[in-house]
Order: sequence, then C-alpha cells, then structure tokens
Amino acid sequence: MSAPLIGARVQRKEDYRFLTGAGQYTDDVSMQGQTYASFVRSPHAHAVIKKISIEKALKSPGVIRIFVGKDLADAKVGGLPCGWLITDVKGQPMKEPPFPCLAQGKVRHVGEKVAVVIAETQDQAQDAAELVKVDYEALPAVVDPKKASSSKPIHESAPDNVCYIWSIGEKAKIDEAFKGAAHVTRLEFLNNRLIPNAIEPRAANAQYSRSGEDYTLYVASQNPHVERLLMTAFVLGLPESKVRVVAPDVGGGFGSKIYLYGEDVVVTWASKQINRPVKWTAERSESFLSDAHGRDHVTVAELAMDKDGKFLAMRVITTANMGAYLSTFASCIPTILYATLLAGQYTTPLIYCEVTAVFTNTAPVDAYRGAGRPEATYVVERLVETAAREMKIDPAGIRRKNFIREFPYQTPVALQYDTGNYEATLKAAQRLADVSGFEKRKADSLKKNKLRGLGYACYIEACGIAPSNVAGSLGARAGLFEAGEVRVHPTGTVTVFTGSHAHGQGHETTFAQVVADRLGLGMEQVEVVHGDTSKVLFGMGTYGSRSIAVGGTAIVKALDKVVAKGKKIAAHLMEAAESDIEYDRGVFKVAGTDKKKTFGEVAFAAYVPHNYPLDKLEPGLNENAFYDPANFTFPAGTYVCEVEIDRDTGKTEIASFIAVDDFGKIINPMIVEGQVHGGLTQGIGQALTEGCQYDKSGQLLTGSFGDYCIPRASDVPSFQLDTRETACTHNPLGVKGCGEAGAIGAPAAVMNAITDALGVRDLAMPATAQTVWKNLQENRHARI
Amino acid sequence: MHAFEYHRPASSKDAVALIKGKTEARFLAGGQSLVQAMKLRLSSPTDLIDLGTIKELSAIKVSGNAVEIGAMTRHADVAGSSAVQKAIPALAALAGMIGDRQVRHMGTCGGSIANSDPAADYPAAVLGLGATITTSKRKIEADKFFTGLYETALEPGELITSVSFPVPKRAAYMKFKNPASRFAIVGVFVADFGGKVRVGVTGAGASAFRQADLEKALSAKFTVEAAAAIKVKPDGLNNDLHASPEYRAHLITVMAKRAVEAALK
Repeated sequence: MSAPLIGARVQRKEDYRFLTGAGQYTDDVSMQGQTYASFVRSPHAHAVIKKISIEKALKSPGVIRIFVGKDLADAKVGGLPCGWLITDVKGQPMKEPPFPCLAQGKVRHVGEKVAVVIAETQDQAQDAAELVKVDYEALPAVVDPKKASSSKPIHESAPDNVCYIWSIGEKAKIDEAFKGAAHVTRLEFLNNRLIPNAIEPRAANAQYSRSGEDYTLYVASQNPHVERLLMTAFVLGLPESKVRVVAPDVGGGFGSKIYLYGEDVVVTWASKQINRPVKWTAERSESFLSDAHGRDHVTVAELAMDKDGKFLAMRVITTANMGAYLSTFASCIPTILYATLLAGQYTTPLIYCEVTAVFTNTAPVDAYRGAGRPEATYVVERLVETAAREMKIDPAGIRRKNFIREFPYQTPVALQYDTGNYEATLKAAQRLADVSGFEKRKADSLKKNKLRGLGYACYIEACGIAPSNVAGSLGARAGLFEAGEVRVHPTGTVTVFTGSHAHGQGHETTFAQVVADRLGLGMEQVEVVHGDTSKVLFGMGTYGSRSIAVGGTAIVKALDKVVAKGKKIAAHLMEAAESDIEYDRGVFKVAGTDKKKTFGEVAFAAYVPHNYPLDKLEPGLNENAFYDPANFTFPAGTYVCEVEIDRDTGKTEIASFIAVDDFGKIINPMIVEGQVHGGLTQGIGQALTEGCQYDKSGQLLTGSFGDYCIPRASDVPSFQLDTRETACTHNPLGVKGCGEAGAIGAPAAVMNAITDALGVRDLAMPATAQTVWKNLQENRHARI
Repeated sequence: MHAFEYHRPASSKDAVALIKGKTEARFLAGGQSLVQAMKLRLSSPTDLIDLGTIKELSAIKVSGNAVEIGAMTRHADVAGSSAVQKAIPALAALAGMIGDRQVRHMGTCGGSIANSDPAADYPAAVLGLGATITTSKRKIEADKFFTGLYETALEPGELITSVSFPVPKRAAYMKFKNPASRFAIVGVFVADFGGKVRVGVTGAGASAFRQADLEKALSAKFTVEAAAAIKVKPDGLNNDLHASPEYRAHLITVMAKRAVEAALK
C-alpha cells in the first residue's frame, strides 16, 4: 500500500531535463537538409504595398526561395480563421476581415509579414531579407481604440473599424436601478496592453515527406491538435491525416502560443515547395512585434448601491482593442470571458455590459494569462474598493455585505457558480495580513518618508470553458472537451496520453500523480505523453486553467474504464463474480476473502491471454475517454497587498502580498504554489512595470526588454500563500484549476493598495515610479 | 549579425596596428553593448579586434593616491578587488552595480568609458573622481573625455589602455535604475577631496556631466541638507518613456542627497 499521491508535494519529473539543458524545444530540432526562414516585416503601421522587389535578395549567398503574399494567394493558401463568432447587438455576425499569412497588397501593423526568405543558414536568410525592397505608400494609422471608429478604415469589410458591438443584460432595467441608488461609484480606466514574453520565442520547423505525401510540423504551441485542425481544414485544405503537429518541450506560452500564426502556415507550405525542411525561430524583437498581445481595454464602470453599501446594479461600457486582425480567440476574450465574470464574488442583481471591439494598427490582441478575467476582476474590485472609501465603509466589510453565500448561485451574467466559500478565504487572508496592525505599520513607514497602503482583491475566475454545446451556442467554433488515453503495458507500467499540453505547468508530474494514486502505482511506473498529434488521440490543448479540470478528468474517466476491465479479468483469474471484485491501490481483491491479484498480474494476463475469457473479452488493457464538462469551474480567493511608496522617487515596493486561494482539491501543492507565484508576479508586472506603448504613428516604443519591463524576482516580495477548499461539484477530482488566478487578482490588489497609500481615487497602470511621482507632485495639496 | 573578420592581437600595440586603415573596424572589449548592437544588426563592423587576451590591459594598481584600472579589467574584478574596496569603496560598489552578474563578468571599464552610453555607470565615476584616461596615444583628462551621445574625445584607432582614479577623502555613488534595462535613469557620483567636491551625473544627459550647483554647495558644506537645497533645472536633460526631464532633474538632487548620506557613513 502506497501513501496517497494526490495532495503530495512530489518533485517535478520534468525538471531534471529542463535544468540540465536536455529539453528538446522546436529550435533544437534539426532535420536533414534543414533550411532557415526569415520574414520581411513591415516598418509601417498602415500602408499600401506598391511593389516588392526580390531580385537582389535572390542573388544573395545561400538563398533558396523567396515567397510573397501573391505566391500564397496563387497557391490558394487561405487566411487565418477566428475560432469564435460573436453576434452583435443587432443580431449580425462580427466583422471578420481576411487575415493573410503574408500581407496581400496592404500592411496593417508594424511587424506584419510581407515576404519570407528561405536560405541555407539563418544568417544568410536574414542578410537576404534586408535586400528585399518593398515600396510602401504610407496611410494614416490609428492606435488608440477610442479613436478607431473615426479613423481611416483598416479593412474594407469594417468601414468604421468596429468588429462588433455586443452586450449582456437589460440596459433599461439597470438604468432604472441607477436612478434609485443612494450612491453611485464611477471609474474610468485603461486596462494596459501587455506583451506576453514567453521565455522561448515562437518557433516552427516543418518538413514535407514525398514518400508519405505528408507534413510534420514542430511548433512551439499550447495546443497541437487545434493547430492542426485550423491549419488543415481552414488554411491549407488538407486532410488532418496529412499533417502531424508536434509541440515538443515548449518554454512558456501564457496564451500567446494558443493561436495559429501565419509563420507556422508559411513554413509548412514552403517545406513542400522547396522539398526541404524549413525552420523559423522568432528573434525577441519579432516576439515583441508579432506575438498576440493581451488586455488593452478602455472602460467606464459604475456601481449603484443602497445607503448601506448593498450593491444594486453595475454598468460597464468597454472598448476593446483587437489590433489589426482577429487572432484565433480574440473575439471571445472581451465578451464571453469578461462580461460574464462581472458579478465577481457578489450578489449584484443587475449587471449590464456593452463591449465595442475595434480594429487598430497594432499587433493582434488575444488571450493572455487570465484572458478577460483579469480585466473583469479589475473592474469589479477597483469599483468595490473605491465605493467603500467613498461611503466610509470598511473595504472588507462592504465585500462581506455583498458576498454570495448560497450555492449553486445563478449570476445575472449567464454563469452558474457551483460552489465557493468567499468568507473563508477573506478571513484567512485578513489574518495572514495582520490587517489590524496596518495603522502602526503605516506610521512606521511615514517615519522613513514612505507612504503605506493596503488593498484587497476578492477575485473569481471561470476555468475550463464548458460545456461544448453551450459554448457553441455562444459562438465557439470548436469543442471544449478533452481527451485522454491510458495505455497499460504488459508488465503493469502505464503510459498516459493527454490532449492537454504542458509548457511549464508540470503536467508530467501532476497527471502522473493522479494516475499513480488512482491505480496504486509508483510515480516511476507512469509516463505522461503530450504534444504530438501522431501519439495523442485528440486534444484541445492547454489554456484557461483547464488542464487538470478537463484534461485530468478525461484521464480519470479512462482510468475508470481500465479498472472496470481489470475487474473483469481479475474475476476470471480468481474464478469469482465480477461484482465481488474490489480494486484498492494496486490490488484486485475478491470481497470478503483473501484472494487477490496485483494490477501487474492482471495487466500481464491481458497481454498474455493464456488464462483469459477470450470469448467474452478482448485482450489488451488500453482505454481512452473524452470528457466534456457540465460547467466551468470557479476558483476564487482573496489577495491582500501592502505597498510602501518612496515619497522622494515615487518608487513602489510591495511590502507584503497575501494570497488565499480556493482551487478545490489540489493534486500537488508545490506545483500550485509555483503557479500562484508566477501568476502573482505577472499581475504585479501589469500593475507596476508592464505597459506596451505605441506612438501615434503605430511604431512600437516598448519593443525590447530595454524598455518593456517584465518584473524580476527582486521586484516581488516573498509571497505568503494559503488555500481554502471547496471541491468542484461536477468533476470526479473536485479540482478547479490554478494557472491564472494570480494574474487575475493581483493587479486590483496592488492598485487598491497604491491608491490607498496615495489617497487618490485612481491611478493608471502601470504605476511606474515616474507615474507615482507625478501624481505626488500634482496632488501635493489635494489629497482625499 | 552580419559577417565580419575576427582578429585576436597579443598586445595593445598589435591591436592599434591592426585597426589602422580599417575605417569600419571596431575594438571588441567585453562586448556587452557592441555584440548586442551587432545581433540587432544596428552595428555592422567589417572587423572585430578582440582585446580579450591582451594581458597588459587587465590589471588593477593601487598607489597612495590613485587607483589605476586597466582598460580590460572586468567589472566583477573591480567590484571584488579588496584593494579597490579599501582605496575607493564607492568605485568598487559602482562596478558591483553594473548590469547583472553575467554582464559584470564580461563588461570592462575601458569598454564602458569608450562607449559613452548616456546611462552607463563608469562615466559618473570618471567625472566624479576626475580620472585620467590613458590611451595608446596620450593622457586625457576626465572633463575633456565625454563629448556627447556615444561620443568621446577618442580619435579613430585610439585605444584606452587604463584609467587612473584619484583617491578621494570620501565618496559614494547612488543610482536610480531604469526598471526595464536596469541602466541608470539617474546616477550620481559624489566625491569629497577635502573641501573640494566633484559631482558626476550619468543617465540624465546626452553623456555624463558634472553638476556645478551641487559641487559648489557641497564644497561649501558636505551635508545632506546642502545637497537637498539644490533644485536642478530640467533644461536639456533626457526625455524618454521612463523619465521626463523634470523627473530626472528631481532625481539628481535625490540621488546626490543619498550619495552624500552614504559617503558620510
């Protein structure tokens, strides 16, 4: 009998290979006859392409071929599809302008791909790319989403640059509720645009095989099956069987590697044209310019309350920047994954949200860690904190007054929360934060010429978008289930195949823990395989903190089938009735007797079926399952942040950060803590240091780590973490997901603390030292 | 990166001889700026003359009243030198604040000074301490060395061989870092030579400069209050995403104040 592995701090199986440089990333893959691609990218944010001259570049040493947009169009290579159809307020479909893999006659953002040069070496490809001469006729560009609709059209099919106007809630009823309110809190803010910056840049390496007439694409992707589906069915017009997509070790994604990108298509298509493998690995500068960015909302938010601070209604009007093109899931982020979260942890009975999605001459914007939910949490938690200050109610008290306390709870914005205990996480966080000692700490800080502030954020997130039929009715063009396979080998070791994809999360350990625990095996007997469409039966990949809740459950379903079949085999071996067989941690037993067969013995019998019920049962022990969840899962928690601001320089230090999360059942607390640390750091980054900036002409000003500041370890405190648990009610593991929580809750907690310290209503993110210093100058004599 | 010819001379004399006539050649010191620029294809020298194996350029000599640092001495070696720590602790501390650990083990004193990056740390010490720069041709006074944005008094083919820093009575360097690059938004080196105070400022202008008002006030009275009383004018200071001229002007006073406080400790 082994100790339970679910809930254990098992060291990560994958770390030895990562830490010793044995990981195999896409750029590590080199094939016979390897060639290298370099993309010629637009220096203009908006321009007509008058002429592309490639003659000089073709003569450059080592050049094999150069392709431009026309070559793709002539070969009938399609544009990139959008995976979610939003229907607007008038019942019309959103505008879906073509998204070519190489520009067709026009460029719409700096960094858009105009041509690709393929050469014998990377340097030769880059040298030649510099010689491709493109004549542009520059057009006026628009960067500011608020100015998009009055600017020159970016796409013919969207003359006012509006992709859609979408809403949820009954506006008239809510307007009425605002009229009767005792107090209304109103805030206007930007949710700053972020650049993802996975440690491994995007990369793709494709090979065409003349013998199999098929392709193999290695790609840094979060979801290889979706990549294959989109590329074959919508872009290249090939059967899925002709493209194998392998996403080997992948160094982070944060959403930015969910999508099908033009580069992936171009190298795949080109590998057949030149009949040699073609590799492209993004330079960091290319990542800044061309990875899908995140956030970028302009919002006016209002909260109506009665005289006691009870929430009556919320009204949120948002303009969301889509960038120049609709990336794969761009359209659902500021709608389905944003407006539906505006109830937060509260019983606000009436909520209206209207979202205008616009095109601008900037890189496409799509899901980035949290995807819509950080924006929603920021709206709710900044409003709630500000309301408490305005009404002179304790910020925790106003939250308590409005907490949802009975579950299941139907929100006014479509979601039904299955379970939660918001009081428990708030209480635990307050205790850890020593809230009662704050005034003393504040006085001590002031003696050092520092301003101290405290802020809360009580976040909720929805993970594992589901079920597929509901998502479909809301516009999803893909299923949202997950697949898993448990292959038991003759000696009783197990290989598990999952359609989820790990790119830093540690699935090889977490999933192995689930399997080893449920089957009663050792960790070393379980291998987890993911990321290869030729090995894994199917998958929807990893995003939206869905892997354990959806992918893990698919594996559990397959495990259940393995055990069920094992019981049949064991019953035969022990000459007992199947109904009398019990399975307990690696052993099949006949109930009430001491007869038993180990898992290994049963597996062996399944593959060496000499004593086996062949007339009733197929040999082998190999089961798969598809799992489509009945509902989202709803992790939630309370974060408390304390900041200290240097009055001389404006620099903010995070003095302490407490995070108490409810992720349901936790498989590996150590891995979960790592996920929370990373998420919090990214959330603190959004609040303090990160802000993508374009100038008015659409040039990216924050195009390198010299100007775009992702937080370092020294920028964050030693986090104090704790958890409370309410098990998810609709999956067998009781799990909810933990990948995004930190990034969702942290920005509001930090900004609530900073505005508290400064005594101001609002401050724009990122609250850099300069921003805070300016605010200190401006408000020197006018504190509230 | 564009292709280039690589040379590895054994002496500084050979290095200077090699560069003669090659107008687009560059000396390669630690490569922490040049190689980055080449990778970004912003710089494309025809030839790189690597100074990395020239032993005579890498040495630290401390005499009674000066610390002489060979041009190829790595930042980490200056930061870790007990002799420098004893003679001019502020200089060792400055070297220990440059970039990150990897940068400090490659970057060199001479390379930093020759590059005259407006936000580099060493130039603040060169001016603050009134150093003398020895080259393959001559000696150059600190005040005549930095001439503008990435511009110095060095002539084509002229090679820095060492830098001599006079030992002050007390000194300190304070830097307010750019959150992204960790270069100085403002760095202030304050050195008191017994009644005569020099203040070198980096990060704030086109190149490092001396701040006369602070020098005058601190020469009269070397106190935190004296520094705090100086309001620096923002005119001509750098303006970028991270700091306006007004913010930089303000930070010069704040960093000077903190440097004086540290020097007095």
